[in-house]
Amino acid sequence: MPVMKFSEAIRDAYFETMRAHPEVFMIGVGIIDPKAVFNTLNGLREEFGDMRFVEGPLAEQMLTGFSFAAATLGLRPVLIHHRIDFLPLTMDQIVSHCSKWTYMFGNQQKVPIVIRGIVGRGWGNGPQHTQSMQGTMSHFPGLKVVVPTNAADAKGLMISSILDNDPVIFVEHRWFHEDTGEVPEGLYRVPIGKARIATSGKDLTLVAIGPMVQEAILAAETLTKSGKSVEVIDLRTIRPIDYETVLDSVKKTGHLIVADSDWGQCGVASAVISHVTQNAFEALKKAPCAITWPEHPAPASYGIEPTYYPMAKNIVTQCLKTLDHSTDHATHQTEKPVYGPF
Amino acid sequence: MEIPKSIVENIYESALRIRTIEDGISSIYHLREMRTPTHLYTGQEAIAAGACQALETKDLVYSYYRSHGWYLAKGGNLNRMMAELFGKATGCSKGFGGSMHLIDLEAGFTGTSAIVAGAIPHAVGGAFTFQYRKTQNVVLSCFGDGATEEGLFQESLMFASLRKIPVIFLCENNGLATNTWIKDRQPNVPIYKRAEGLGVRSEIVDGNDGLAVYAAVKKAVDLAREGAGPSFIECTTYRLLEHCGPNRDTALGARTDAEVDEWKFNNDPVKRLEKHVSPEFKARVLEKAKKDFDMAVEQARKDPFPTSLIPEGLPCQL
Repeated sequence: MPVMKFSEAIRDAYFETMRAHPEVFMIGVGIIDPKAVFNTLNGLREEFGDMRFVEGPLAEQMLTGFSFAAATLGLRPVLIHHRIDFLPLTMDQIVSHCSKWTYMFGNQQKVPIVIRGIVGRGWGNGPQHTQSMQGTMSHFPGLKVVVPTNAADAKGLMISSILDNDPVIFVEHRWFHEDTGEVPEGLYRVPIGKARIATSGKDLTLVAIGPMVQEAILAAETLTKSGKSVEVIDLRTIRPIDYETVLDSVKKTGHLIVADSDWGQCGVASAVISHVTQNAFEALKKAPCAITWPEHPAPASYGIEPTYYPMAKNIVTQCLKTLDHSTDHATHQTEKPVYGPF
Repeated sequence: MEIPKSIVENIYESALRIRTIEDGISSIYHLREMRTPTHLYTGQEAIAAGACQALETKDLVYSYYRSHGWYLAKGGNLNRMMAELFGKATGCSKGFGGSMHLIDLEAGFTGTSAIVAGAIPHAVGGAFTFQYRKTQNVVLSCFGDGATEEGLFQESLMFASLRKIPVIFLCENNGLATNTWIKDRQPNVPIYKRAEGLGVRSEIVDGNDGLAVYAAVKKAVDLAREGAGPSFIECTTYRLLEHCGPNRDTALGARTDAEVDEWKFNNDPVKRLEKHVSPEFKARVLEKAKKDFDMAVEQARKDPFPTSLIPEGLPCQL
């Protein structure tokens, strides 16, 4: 199986689907830029031409409505944002049009659009270039929201998103772009709505989203040294959420911690804890816990930014607390290399 | 432009039919059988009637919440429209949309949006899809003067202009956004001049003259089909009834009965078209429209409500 970077896996997904499906096209602000959106679009314009590789003006709201309409008529647009922080400019088209259209007209038109937003965490991107938006986007019935965390899932979820008949918000963390992994060839698909058990365990269920998945896996490795077996679930899709996998795990372990790369209030972590509490209260031996961002924007300075984002060590500490274990060993920390400059 | 007699008759028939059906809706709205925000088209009929005669069935119209007139002019099914207003499962949107969300894809009438200017980019994307598939069809996007204040208006015209997308932007300038006059909302720069500034071929016509509207739209459609790109047409007109509902709004104080009467009796778009057809033709159209409306209402009353909160074929958990 070929080994490639996360960013190359995204590009691979585009080539595979655009070659197989003439209705797929790319659109976005700055997609013809020589930097090719973090090297995820190299060669597409040359192969598919300007009708299938559409550079847009700096008018994200219009581009969203434009792409939406093309989708209702059977095309499959992939709308690309260099920063997901530009999604709020387009909320009307996403929320009042994309998410409602199929329902509002009694299921006469489908909306097979992918809106791909890249999260810019790191390198001092500051408050307006680091938001995740994932909790907000997962609030609306009619949308699907996916957050891949490794190269294979990036390709498989991108292809599934493009071939899905509903609007999909594809939340892509730049944090993963340089990570490599084995990626299946061809039109490889990862089902939307299905979580992945990243690490099996029996003492505690650790549900993680986005960059917190890598932190959770590191935490689980550390915890084995304390004799604790943690099951890490990479949610992958946050609308619809695979509650079945989460509930099965909690019924086995009796403990739940949810680590999300987003703010806590009205977010995905709250939704998961609420669902488990309402549907498997008797299985819980302890109150569940959410690990989320502090309730303020992210700072720019790299002198303080590392203390903003919860890391593996924070997860380890919380897991040990939940399991009534001494936290003396909670010192392990593996830093992810800092990429840049961007 | 010399307009063939058959087209003149079609424009008149379409305008009178819309007027008759909207009057019919107004006359029974108080019965509370239709519980949906109903934005009537009364006073603006010549625009949809004239414009749609310049389009083919497969050309698409992207309209907005005041859409009964456009739906009917494009050939939308009357029974399904009335059933939708009655909230019935047989409605054009199966009872999930209501008056502001009509659709008839077979007639080339796409789903309408209740968000002001929300569908202008849809029209550009729809027309792009025709370009993408290399068909000769065009799209007509209609909206009011208020919509031109939204950022989407300029964003959409700019992109259509840049890529020579086959779309006709048609602004129905009735001067009012709900109850606020245009002078309180826009600087005194004509809307069509602003469109021109974005590189879109623009003109202004008397929207209460159905034949003038037809001629302007026909020319724009021909150009778009030839690949010459978008046009913008501003149609001046007047809304005779309240923003939403079947009554006059003069009690609110934004305008007087004398002003409304002036338009109603001296500049009625349907009456202005009447001189081009015979009295017999008028009588025939009127009789048929009344009969069709009565039958549609009778049927809508009998039809069932939807039986599920979720449209057929969709998963329960969206």
